[in-house]
Amino acid sequence: MNVITDKLQVEDNKWIGTRTVRPDGADKVTGRAAYAADNTMPGMIWGKVLRSPHAHARILSIDTSKAEALPGVKAVVTAKDIVEFPLDKSVMLGIQDMRWMCRNVMAREKALFHGHPVAAVAAINEEVAAAACALIEVQYEPLPHVIEIEDAIRPDAPILHDFLKFQDKPSNISATMTAKLGDVEAGFAQADVVIERTFRTRPVHQGYIEPQACTVSYAADGRATIWSSSQGQFMVRAMTSLLTGVPQSHIKAIPAEIGGGFGAKTIIYLEPLALILSKKSGRPVKMVMSRDEVMRATGPTSGSFSTVKIGAKKDGTIVAAQGTFYIQAGCLPGGPLRGPVGCAFAPYDIPHVLSVGYEVVSNRSKVAAYRAPGAPLGAYAAECVLDEIAEKLGMDRLEIRLKNSAKPGTKAAYGATFGKVTFEETIEAVQNHEHTKAPLDRNPRPGVKRGRGVASGFWYNAGGESSAQLNISEDGNVLVTTGHPDVGGSRASIANVTAELLGIDHGRVSVQIGDTASIGFSNLTGGSRVTFASAMVVTQSAEKVIGQLKERAAKIWKIDPEAVTWENGEARPAGPNAGQFPPLSLKELAAKANEMGGPIGAGVQLNTTGADPGFATHVVDVEVDVDLGIVRVLRYTAAQDVGRALHPSYVEGQIQGGVVQGIGWALSEEYLYDKQGRLDNAGFLDYRMPVCSDVPMIEPLMLEIPNPKHPQGVRGVGEAPIVPPLAAIANAVYDALGTRFYSLPMSPPKILEGLDAAG
Amino acid sequence: MPKVHVTASINGEPAEFLCDPDKSMLEVLRNTLGLTGTKEGCGTGDCGACSITVDGRLVCACLMLAVEAEGTEIGTIEGMAQGEALHPLQRKFLEMAALQCGICTPGVLIAARALLEKNPDPTETEVRFGLAGNLCRCTGYDKIVRAVLEAAAEMRETVA
Repeated sequence: MNVITDKLQVEDNKWIGTRTVRPDGADKVTGRAAYAADNTMPGMIWGKVLRSPHAHARILSIDTSKAEALPGVKAVVTAKDIVEFPLDKSVMLGIQDMRWMCRNVMAREKALFHGHPVAAVAAINEEVAAAACALIEVQYEPLPHVIEIEDAIRPDAPILHDFLKFQDKPSNISATMTAKLGDVEAGFAQADVVIERTFRTRPVHQGYIEPQACTVSYAADGRATIWSSSQGQFMVRAMTSLLTGVPQSHIKAIPAEIGGGFGAKTIIYLEPLALILSKKSGRPVKMVMSRDEVMRATGPTSGSFSTVKIGAKKDGTIVAAQGTFYIQAGCLPGGPLRGPVGCAFAPYDIPHVLSVGYEVVSNRSKVAAYRAPGAPLGAYAAECVLDEIAEKLGMDRLEIRLKNSAKPGTKAAYGATFGKVTFEETIEAVQNHEHTKAPLDRNPRPGVKRGRGVASGFWYNAGGESSAQLNISEDGNVLVTTGHPDVGGSRASIANVTAELLGIDHGRVSVQIGDTASIGFSNLTGGSRVTFASAMVVTQSAEKVIGQLKERAAKIWKIDPEAVTWENGEARPAGPNAGQFPPLSLKELAAKANEMGGPIGAGVQLNTTGADPGFATHVVDVEVDVDLGIVRVLRYTAAQDVGRALHPSYVEGQIQGGVVQGIGWALSEEYLYDKQGRLDNAGFLDYRMPVCSDVPMIEPLMLEIPNPKHPQGVRGVGEAPIVPPLAAIANAVYDALGTRFYSLPMSPPKILEGLDAAG
Repeated sequence: MPKVHVTASINGEPAEFLCDPDKSMLEVLRNTLGLTGTKEGCGTGDCGACSITVDGRLVCACLMLAVEAEGTEIGTIEGMAQGEALHPLQRKFLEMAALQCGICTPGVLIAARALLEKNPDPTETEVRFGLAGNLCRCTGYDKIVRAVLEAAAEMRETVA
């Protein structure tokens, strides 16, 4: 369903808001689209990574001589080939600290998790590369390891890094963050009801279907070309440069089609290894991770251990909220603290807030971003406690959210003062929806109970650097180049915007993603920023092109450019005073371009701003089989302020996809480790992501409330949808069973255990 | 061990190749024959990204030895469209935005075609179970299921 609350020239739009076929569509349904692992080159050889068999061990020595002597082996790389960033000096690339990245791509002093790379080999084929890895002799001194947060913060825990200090003592707490508003103690003193609960979640993997892969060709002139799948070719170039010492200007990073990222492909693993292997061997090197390597050694998101306390007056006014969030960073610092700390209470107008986060290292793979990084952890705890407060006060669960909703001018604990806030609209959309009003058959058959839950969520959204180039071809068609890998249909939105602004048929617009040598710097595809930011730079580029077209027409007509307008893909005299001339179409102007001043095209590079936050409210019905412990989602409705849906299908797709990832997080996905600190379920059989038969249709309620700071009213949409599902489903399971679960996933064994304990 | 000579039909055309006896059909399709439309998501038969048909039967190419292709009729995504004419499933996937990143799409399309050949008039539940072996992490499956149901309806009309 599409609810349009503001008629932002909607009737006039021919392409914006329509469900056009995406520009890259035909390639993707016929198998032609080239993803990273599909690339091949003449003379190409294969790289493989040797990984630590220990969860925690000092590396005493590495002897690669036998591997290098094996026929067919062309190069070997170890940590000594990677640029070292000393521990005492932070070097940041975006939000990544290169001290940790250089130790993540290759273990240096110690192997920090089972699967940590310790060496890599390039050989004539994969079999020889694997045989060579087995010939590398590594001497380890195994050390005690620690996996879980509670164990890692005990005073006697094995310490991963001597250089990390917390309260002046060596510690596995690698960072803290605080968001504070008012005086939380004074706030709780005013409360009539206070509820405090502790919650646990397990690390979950982004679960992209395409494993990381790259091909790197280092040529004799010292220049390298990288083909890889990432959420940012400029990040690939910069990080590979920093880790290999090859200057950025000597690296061209070509973005392959990306087979899913969800945040995880905002950092790299293979590219620097492949570059050094290519440099040493003089051959192009291809590296592809197996699914086992992806699960074991690339970042999942953090597991968490949180306590949330909320105090409210009898009338439902929330007076104070406090959260303490421990989140996993994996083996090196750099977890998503700002997710839970900043987002947990952000939808609400609460005078007294104290939100404190602790990031904890342990012997797991370093975490990577995952869709609204960290925010679902905080929302899970906060939205469950809010549900309990509502129950205790006898209030409707949506009404308490509406009553406390943030408003224009509300100050959030994380620091922002909100301008336009569209949270209430999402609650009201759910309140008024047929789903919420539909009766629920609570006991449809013996042994089956049903319940309904709601929850809300917040995500910051982001702007940042984007570049676009818009060129008119000689035949009068349009080629748009942007710098953002397209993870979910952003090219489709850009094609709609371009066709709309130029007033031409959608079929005449091509959209491509430029490599680092052919388009200006563009920041990562992440933070729900790409459609927002690239539509902005494409709009400005199109305006420049239209200006050029008007000038050309003016030249032909020998009138003032001011006296020319651009309408429906044609230049026309602005009025009777401008003169009487037949319109000049884009095709006609393009054909005359070279004789009338040269090629037509324009580009814009911008650090975009104005990406206001996103709000979402979800309602879900679940069914619990009390004998088997299986929770099924029966119905799901997700309301969100999407600003302006440039291409509604791909906006819906973001909401539907985010919700189903949230369902997996809530019900079935978790990282399980054995006693030796080895991941026990490093594959899709045992790491259980939702399959098609696990889920129902997901109904997205797109609230189109234009963002006034964007030319088309766009607001980021990709991340907010994964924030509410964890709590919404937990609240629904409680509603069904009358037993509350404080830990995820609510998998069958846990449900059965909980029901047994409740008697 | 010497390589084995295998003769098969791929997408209706005669094909022959040499392969090691331990190579999977997926490796041969992608690395020997250059048919990279068939994707590897897991290599263990859990994700369905490498779905192909062998004599009309749906198979994970990663779980099949290439030597088993001898004398068979193999169908891959590259053979689904007839020139510029997309298969109704491919067309509906585009019209209904049933893909985002697209990496699972070839496998989903092959599995959906196999399902509709067996059951031209599936219910939503039958589509969901028919595609339960194909992981998609982007779409939440909603638009995929709708596109398969629509394509099935259109294909039934064409036949009738």
